[in-house]
Amino acid sequence: MKIAVCISHVPDTATKINIADNGKEIDPAGVTYIINPYDEFAVEEALTTKETLGDDSEVIAISVGNDKNKETIKKALAMGVDSGVLLKIESQLDSFGIAKALAEEIKAQGCDLVFMGKQSVDFDNQIVGQMTSAILDYSCISVVVDFKLDGQDITCEREIEGGKEVVAAQLPCIITAQKGLNEPRYASLKGIMSAKKKTIEEKSAVETESNTEVIGLKKPPAKNPGRILGTDSSAVHELVRLLREEAKVI
Amino acid sequence: MSEQTTITEILKGGEFLIKETDASSVFTPEDLNEEQRMMVETANDFIQKEIWPNLDAIDKQQEGLTVNLMDKAGELGLLAVSVPEEYEGLGGDFNTSTALIMEMGKSYSFGVSFAAHSGIGTLPIMYYGTEEQKKKYLPKLASGELKSAYCLTEPTSGSDALSAKTTAKISEDGTHYIINGQKMWITNGGFADILITFAQVDGDKFTCFIISTDSEGFTSGNEENKLGIKGSSTRALFLDNVKVPKENILGEIGKGHYIAFNILNIGRFKLCAMTTGGAKENASIAVAYANERKQFNQKISNFGAIKHKLAEQAIKIFASESATYRVSGLINDTIKSLQAEGVSYTDAALKAAEEYAIECAMLKVYGSEVLDYVVDETVQIHGGYGYSEEYPAARGYRDSRINRIFEGTNEINRLLTVDMLMKRAMKGRLDLMGPAMAIQKELMSVPEMGEEEGGILSAEKKAIANAKKAILIITGAAVQKFMQNLKDEQEIIMNITDMMIELYACESAYLRTLKLSSMKNEEELKPYVEITKVYFSDALERINLHGKHAITSFAEGDELRMLLLGLKRFTKYENVNTKELRRNIANRLIEANKYCF
Ligand SMILES: Cc1cc2nc3c(=O)[nH]c(=O)nc-3n(C[C@H](O)[C@H](O)[C@H](O)COP(=O)(O)OP(=O)(O)OC[C@H]3O[C@@H](n4cnc5c(N)ncnc54)[C@H](O)[C@@H]3O)c2cc1C
Repeated sequence: MKIAVCISHVPDTATKINIADNGKEIDPAGVTYIINPYDEFAVEEALTTKETLGDDSEVIAISVGNDKNKETIKKALAMGVDSGVLLKIESQLDSFGIAKALAEEIKAQGCDLVFMGKQSVDFDNQIVGQMTSAILDYSCISVVVDFKLDGQDITCEREIEGGKEVVAAQLPCIITAQKGLNEPRYASLKGIMSAKKKTIEEKSAVETESNTEVIGLKKPPAKNPGRILGTDSSAVHELVRLLREEAKVI
Repeated sequence: MSEQTTITEILKGGEFLIKETDASSVFTPEDLNEEQRMMVETANDFIQKEIWPNLDAIDKQQEGLTVNLMDKAGELGLLAVSVPEEYEGLGGDFNTSTALIMEMGKSYSFGVSFAAHSGIGTLPIMYYGTEEQKKKYLPKLASGELKSAYCLTEPTSGSDALSAKTTAKISEDGTHYIINGQKMWITNGGFADILITFAQVDGDKFTCFIISTDSEGFTSGNEENKLGIKGSSTRALFLDNVKVPKENILGEIGKGHYIAFNILNIGRFKLCAMTTGGAKENASIAVAYANERKQFNQKISNFGAIKHKLAEQAIKIFASESATYRVSGLINDTIKSLQAEGVSYTDAALKAAEEYAIECAMLKVYGSEVLDYVVDETVQIHGGYGYSEEYPAARGYRDSRINRIFEGTNEINRLLTVDMLMKRAMKGRLDLMGPAMAIQKELMSVPEMGEEEGGILSAEKKAIANAKKAILIITGAAVQKFMQNLKDEQEIIMNITDMMIELYACESAYLRTLKLSSMKNEEELKPYVEITKVYFSDALERINLHGKHAITSFAEGDELRMLLLGLKRFTKYENVNTKELRRNIANRLIEANKYCF
């Protein structure tokens, strides 16, 4: 079986983000990029699935973006993915555009099982998996914390408010990974060295368009510094006054 | 490095004192390729996920923990980097292992266990083993299945390692040796499977053996109660009529000192890489804390006194990292050129490390002293919280101290630096006296007012050329004065080494910045230029001071005046507003919230 894992290249959650001069994009200067953390769970699940199958299955990493995404694809290859595809785009696409590009490639590759993160930590739309499945007419199970494959049958546990839901589906299917699904493996040094010999196919993404347009990015307002009014009960009156008159929350 | 096509002469060991280095030939951290960076990333992942959450348990020597972590490191390939592929290693080049060991410098006690195993515990077999020994041990050392320790020190022989008393006697049937003695301070002594052990055959033939800890008659003492690196196992080992098969002699009988010293060359280099990595981590901890802690209604990183410390940490680390990669590149290039002549990787690596033994000894001293400076100021920046085990500064402080003691104390390494230099001069490997005489002549004549060279870092270029002259005239004068007896003037030797180390640090920072100038625009380059200038400004003063101590101790009258005049002339540097530059450097660290150069 051909298994696809869709991965995105996102700013490290620890880096400081600045907005580019056009006001619509992230300024990439000084930002370190990493593989989207949820996609690491997806890669791990794809690899363990292949290992459990123990047949000639292969795992293909697909990423939509630009040359920079190759870093992230290489990381996946170093973890053990067999080959990579970079779908190049000229400008940032919205979730629908990305889903279309991915769907086209998944179809062309003939992948019946697809893993991806439940969301990308850059724009957090949580929707690409579902959209891709709708375009392809695949089933989709999202926010998965446990995955089992038995022939054509899939059983997953997914996280829901206050509990878990057990869902069954059949291939072809898209699984979006949640933290807890597994413990992603390291890229071993040997894996890194053998990644050199693996191929990354580069091509233009199919002509797609975004349905939505980003008009502007804004940073959250700077937080006002906290104030210590006192350290004993004598401060309570002042606190209540401020909460009522200044913060207007009570 | 491999992309470089221009063939530039590789300077030989010690030649930095008499020759100029071409910046384009120098290896810098910026030259690490994508694959090397990915490997460093894996080491970083491993440290963050496996080591840092377990630091307290490691320091308490929780049963089996370090062994388990070593196994995990083995699975990831971290123990196999420098082992050749034919012995199931990864066959990574020297620069790759430098980058990895530097990263492992962030792993506190675990780094010591790691380095003792993969460095001094593995390399003797790799470099001196027979084909059978290599096949038998290297794959298992590379995977971590076997763990190793290096046993040179004894209760009565530390710095004077060759006076070891452990004996090895051939058995009556001639099939094995019987070993008796005690080893002291052995890292990994609590769990090692094999010991690289030195003993005297027939009383005076210093010889290296591979001993299995399964052997009858082997016992280990209790864990030492140590000042720092509490998580690394350190024990006395006892060898009581331990039988070792003849096949387990490593190298030749009576040639153990080659192994002991050549392995230590590389060990010293690696120690510097590790301390530099540790220093980067500790400096990052300091900046992050200074950005968080408020006093007098502001972040303490706003205070000039704190900025000074943050900047100074970074400046020293920059010099130490530049010097580490510079020597790494030299060793790497030498290995490659020897391999091109048909020499095997292991022989080439051994030769290359021997070639740069002077540099390795200097680095060992420098790296360990930079780390000690950095951890000390990190505690200070934390104030009272630096004294608390709740914060990481205290562990960094404790764990740093050992580095000035093991792998040859810093005193021994300082003595060795000049000793090796003199030996090379005597053997004609290095022409020190020629240039020293020429400079003396130059001093007698009227100083040339030659035109100032313009361009980037031209003042620094000149300062380096001059500092070399200062060192050469002082060394030359001391040698003329004391001849063979210079070895009894240890204070002067220390002065000379300290001048050499400062010079090497200056030149390394300068070369890296110069190389960066072709990759970065003016704005991006500015921080590096500033770091270099502050370093030069202080280092030349220090060179001057060490020089003065030396000169005044042995020269008199006209010679004294001439040497002091020369020293003054040759340690001159432009006036730099170091306060302003340090503030700029600190502000960048504060903005990045970590060490960022
Ligand atoms: C935690 C730890 C781990 C260690 N791990 C290992 C290991 O794995 N394997 C191993 O073999 N050893 C190991 N050692 C031993 C270490 O290498 C020695 O402690 C070190 O070489 C110094 O020897 P010593 O302690 O006997 O000090 P000494 O040699 O007694 O030195 C005492 C002082 O005298 C100075 N001194 C000595 N000789 C001279 C001289 N000629 N001129 C001027 N000054 C001099 C020294 O610099 C030092 O300041 C370890 C030590 C420690 C503490």
